[in-house]
Parts: sequence; C-alpha cells; structure tokens
Amino acid sequence: MKKAAYSFPEEVLEHVFSFIVSDKDRSSISLVCKSWYEIERWCRRKVFVGNCYAVSPPILIKRFPELRSVTLKGKPHFADFNLVPEGWGGFACPWIRAMAGAYPWLEEIRLKRMVVSDESLEIIAKSFRNFKVLVLSSCEGFTTEGLAAIAANCRNLRELDLRESEVEDLSGRWLSDFPDSYTSLESLNISCLGNEVNLLALERLVSRCPNLKTLRLNRAVPLDRLPNLLRGAPQLAELGTGAYTSEMRPDVFSNLAEAFAGCKQLKTLSGFWDVLPSYLPAVYPICSQLISLNLSYATVQSPDLIKLVSLCEKLQKLWVLDYIEDDGLEVLAASCKDLRELRVFPSDPFGLEPNVALTEQGLVSVSEGCPKLQSVLYFCRQMSNAALNTIARNRPNLTRFRLCIIEPRSPDYLTLQPLDDGFGAIVEHCKDLRRLSLSGLLTDRVFEYIGTYGKKLEMLSVAFAGDSDLGLHHVLSGCDNLRKLEIRDCPFGDKALLANAAKLETMRSLWMSSCSVSFGACKVLGQKMPRLNVEVMDESGPPDSRPESSPVEKLYVYRTVAGPRLDMPGFVWTMDDDSALRIS
Amino acid sequence: MATSASAYENDIKNLKATELTLGLPGTHLQQNVPIIDQEKSSASSSSNKRPLQLSHEETSPAQDCGSKCSNIAKNTDDDAAPPPSKAKIVGWPPIRSYRKNSLQEQSEAAGGIYVKVSMDGAPYLRKIDLKIYGGYPQLLKALENMFKLTIGEYSEKEGYKGSDYAPTYEDKDGDWMLVGDVPWDMFVTSCKRLRIMKGSEARGLGCAV
Repeated sequence: MKKAAYSFPEEVLEHVFSFIVSDKDRSSISLVCKSWYEIERWCRRKVFVGNCYAVSPPILIKRFPELRSVTLKGKPHFADFNLVPEGWGGFACPWIRAMAGAYPWLEEIRLKRMVVSDESLEIIAKSFRNFKVLVLSSCEGFTTEGLAAIAANCRNLRELDLRESEVEDLSGRWLSDFPDSYTSLESLNISCLGNEVNLLALERLVSRCPNLKTLRLNRAVPLDRLPNLLRGAPQLAELGTGAYTSEMRPDVFSNLAEAFAGCKQLKTLSGFWDVLPSYLPAVYPICSQLISLNLSYATVQSPDLIKLVSLCEKLQKLWVLDYIEDDGLEVLAASCKDLRELRVFPSDPFGLEPNVALTEQGLVSVSEGCPKLQSVLYFCRQMSNAALNTIARNRPNLTRFRLCIIEPRSPDYLTLQPLDDGFGAIVEHCKDLRRLSLSGLLTDRVFEYIGTYGKKLEMLSVAFAGDSDLGLHHVLSGCDNLRKLEIRDCPFGDKALLANAAKLETMRSLWMSSCSVSFGACKVLGQKMPRLNVEVMDESGPPDSRPESSPVEKLYVYRTVAGPRLDMPGFVWTMDDDSALRIS
Repeated sequence: MATSASAYENDIKNLKATELTLGLPGTHLQQNVPIIDQEKSSASSSSNKRPLQLSHEETSPAQDCGSKCSNIAKNTDDDAAPPPSKAKIVGWPPIRSYRKNSLQEQSEAAGGIYVKVSMDGAPYLRKIDLKIYGGYPQLLKALENMFKLTIGEYSEKEGYKGSDYAPTYEDKDGDWMLVGDVPWDMFVTSCKRLRIMKGSEARGLGCAV
C-alpha cells in the first residue's frame, strides 16, 4: 500500500484505533480515507448488526476478516407481542455456519430475536476454540440438547445467558455436561428454562467457578437449595432466585437469611416466583447494597413491597408489578433517590376493571421524588394531560418513556380530551428523549408535537392513534434521528409513506400493521427504493389476489445492502423491482 | 365510545368504596382473586366472577358491610347490564408471553390450594381456595357465610368455646387438627381438607390433651 511520507505507519494507526471502541466512531474512522478504511477493517474486533437482513454473512466476512465478537438482531420488536407469525425468519444458522469457517478465533456471539437450532449450537461448540460468551436473548428453536453441546465442548466459556428465550426443555441433564475441570464460568442465566436442572451438578458447578458473578436460576430451583448455592458463591454480584416459596419452616428461613447476609457483593436481585411474603425479610440484610431489583414476578401486595423497597436506599433500577400501587410508589420516591429506571407491569392485563390502586399518581410521585429518573415503562388504566405535563416538567432528563394505558384510545380521564398535549409536553421538555411509546386517545396533533420537538428520538412505538396520513408525515419529516418506527392499528396510509420514502433509507426499519397502506403503494415503494426491502405479510393469501387498493395486513420496510432475502416463508412477499412484477 | 367507557370506569371507582370482597375492612383485595378472574374474563362477561359461585349468598353478605365477600355478590346485585365482554386484541396490551404465562402459572399454582370442606350433617361438600384468604379471621368468616352458622372466636386454651361448631382440618400427616393452632402460612401449606365438626364432638375438642 502506498504510504505518504508524512503518514503514520499502519501499526501506529492500528494501535490508536484499538482505543476506539464505539461502533459509531469506528464507522467514522473508516470514512476518513481509503487507507484508514483498510486499516480499520482489519483491526475491527467487534461488530453489531441491528438487522440481520441489512447485510449478509459474506459481506460482513469480506469486510471484517478478524472479528472476535458479533451481535445480531433478527425479528422486529413487535414479534415480542405475537405480531410476527411463526416462520417469518431471523435464522441464525447461515450466519453461524459462515462464521464457523471464517472466524476460528471468534469469542462472543450475541443474538436477539433469532431462530437458533441445536445444529447451530453444535457448530458453535465445535468451531470456536476460544469461545467465551453466548447470549441468546428472546431466541427460540433450540433445545437443551444444544445446550449440552455447549456445556461439553466450550472449555473457555465465561458467559451463558439464555435470557427470555423459548427453549424446548427436554431434560435438566445438560448442566452435568460441563466437565469437572471446567471452572471459568462468570455468568449463567437459565431463568427461562422450564424443567429442573440437576441440582447437585449445579451446586458443584457454582462452587468450583471462583469468578462466578451472575447466577440467574429458573423457577424450578427450590428455595431450600438456595442457601447452599449462595454459600458456594459468596462473590456473587447478581442473583436470580428460583421459586421463592417453601413450606414455612423456621430453619429454612434462618438458613436463607444467613446465606444472603454472606453475599457482601450482591447488588442485583431477580426471580421471586411464587413468593411467600413471610420469606421476603430474608433479603433485608442486603437491601442497602442493592442497585437493581426485579420483582416483576412477585405477586405480593403493596405492604410487603413497601417494606422491601424502603430499605433499598441505593436502588437504581426497579421492575415491579402494579401491586406496588400509588402508595408504594410514593414510598419509593421518598426512599430511593438514586432511582434511574422504573418499570411497572400489570398484574391483571386483561381484566376489565382495575384490580389495584395504581394510577397516574404513582408515576407523578416518582417523577417528583427521583431526580435521576431517566427510563420509564408504566402500565396503568388512567392518565391525564395534567399528570403528563407535571411528569415532563419534573423530569426533563427522561431518555426513555413508555406508557401503556391498558384500554386503547383512553382519553384524559379528567377532561375526556385526547392526550396530545400531555405527550407533547413530554417531547417538548425531555430534550434528550430517545425512546417513546404512546397510548391513549391521540390525534394527529401529538405527531405534530413529536415531529417538532422529538429531535433526538430514535425509536417510536404507536398503537391505535392518529387521524390521517398527516400524523405519519409529521414523524417521518420531523424526527431527524429516527431509527425505528413501529405502528399498529393507525389510519396511516400511502401518501405519507411515499412522500417520505427517502427517509426510510436513513432508518433501520419501519413496521406498520393493520394500517391503511395499500398493496399498490407497497409495490411503488419497492420499485422506487432499491436499497430498501419492502416486505408485505399477509396470512390470508397473496396480496395480488386482491385489488391494488386493498390495505396490506403487515408491512415491514428496512434498509439493506444485501438485496431481498431468500428465506421468506409463504406469507411474506418482497416488493422489489422484479418481484413486484413476478407476483402477477 | 371512549366517553361511555370512561364514565363506566368512573362508576366503578365510586363503587369501590362499597365493594364487597372477602377480607376484613381495610385489607386490600387478595392478590389471587383478580388473577383467577383473568382466566374467566374471556369466557364470561363479568371479570369478577370466581370459579366458586356463591349464588345463594347474593343478598345476605350485602347487608354485612363489615365483612367483604366475593365480588360475585356485587355483580349479582348490580342491576346494570354486565360490561360487554372484550374481544382480546392480538398483542395488546404489549406484554411478552412469558410474562403473561408466568402470571397465569403462578395463579394456577398458587391458587391451586383448593380444599374440600365438609360439615357434619350437610348433604354435600364445598371446595374453597385457601390462598385467597389473608388469615384465619377471613377464612372463618367465609365458612360462617358458606354454611350459615357461627363459629366464633379462636382461643388457644379453649378452642372455639361457646360455639356448637369447631373447624378442623386434616394435615399432611393425616392428623385432624383444630383450625387456628398453627401459624396461617403453615396451615395453608399443610391443610389437606377441612371438616366442620358439630355438637358434642366439637365441644370436646377444646379441652382435650
């Protein structure tokens, strides 16, 4: 390679680049000049692919030949709520096969919302000698047999995290496949598994791994086995309990309390299925050191929750069910001044009437009392513009605000007006807001506010809102940093979509389901924008068997350099130049 | 449509003060009641119906403002048409399935403490869910209402003195015990069935051993 006399030697540049870790910065470096592009691509070790269909394995491997860590995301976010039919895609296999050949020194694979087979896990287990980290987040398609392959073969495994994946749990035997000589485990999350694992094997594994910092058990691990596990790992920083119930026996309780007290580094607690309230005090000794508490499975009442939470003065993150009620949130606001993130989940999401005394007031209290609050996810049954206004003014430092008013199209319960002004206040005052989820009765006006003020907004989720295309147009034309937009059941149609077609190339993806986008418009979009994949999903049959003006069931549009994908199931049609004609 | 829904919600909030639920005044609704209701909410139009139908109790507990009883009483008293049953919208509210399943499993697992209750002289047995009661007072009140009798108060020394009835239970070891002797949590996990003894057999219990 030609080097100008004044340029640094490659090795020096490489060394400098090694200090640059953020993807964005790496991307910027690679755009400076051709030689920097070359140097950078050879020394890039970590890659994040936000949409596995935006690029292909060969393209990735060709550009970055020396990766050690790959993160891939598959299905769109709304797949979490069953809006993406089975078989849609997100298959990890082609990636894993390709990487097995290209990256023998690969150390880390992180997958989210992808379909992973046992075969893929076996390939991972056999192909990467220095494999260290496997994170399967909200994945599916594999069984405990695949896990057995990982356990048996990955001698250097540090982290095995199956968070929220759907695993076919054939037997708990797989855990015993970690050889006795294996001691490098640092993090284990099996909370999603249904069956009991071999408890003896688990105890032995835990006690022989001195660097184990994170242990998240599944529900099947009984409470009376927990003290032994804790004693085997007093250095634990993060613990997820199993079922938190047992026959009420004083010796079980004192054993548990003692074991908890011995974990001086424990900062994060989760689990708590089937909680017997009288066992909660066993964790009191460590509450003052907790920074993160996930009680979102704990079906206990407000008084018990209050007692627990009021002891956690260092708490930064709380996930809890709405059993905490407004009273509990008031106590939270008074006790936990370091709170950064709050998530309140509904205990009775399908009930027609409120079953708990949790209203907008709880959130208002927390917004008043917790100056560091940045991230909110809140399910409730009533909201008012006044409350949203107060929250916005109290907490202009919010970066994530997701509100779910359970009944769709609920107005301000005090004035019966739409909640446009309330959400408008949120986007206006919270200038660093990156993520927003809307609910309640909303007109096009809220989208006008969002387009005007939501300049830092990266992800927006909309449901049952808006009056016309104008709403969509405001968002697409106004939100400069928008990356992901997901919409369901809104009267948004062709005009806004086609008028803002170019915008879609600046975003990762757009999802629209049960809206008013016609098949014809999808075809036009596909033809106009070759670097977008415009995918139409329709389970009732080929869209061209209906008039062009019929609305499509689901539309998923994403930018890509890999062209239309080849693994689509029968209910997905891609609208590209050729296929738009090919269909008919 | 939205207006009538929220007006209806307002009515419900106002009714909350006079709502009749199982439990002493001032205690919150037991957590498992609404979760059990959730299973029924798609089937029946009233989300507050519980599996155990106390239909013959509709009027009497209503008078007793001190004790709360099943939400069913409230609904059967309610002259207005039951709320329209809601067709479930796919993917709404936006909750992950594992969360939904977990809540349901916990209510099924936790709500599974159903025990048979027999009363001497009664022609058939009843079944109750122990998990929904906060403690002995609520359980005894419920039994009193169910069988239309007075059990009275428990005393460690004398059992249910002054009453013709004594609530007993068969525990895990197969022994018949007097209800109230052990802490509530222990009782709930060890009780296999209940029997309300009557007459001389009952009176004898308190002063035995």
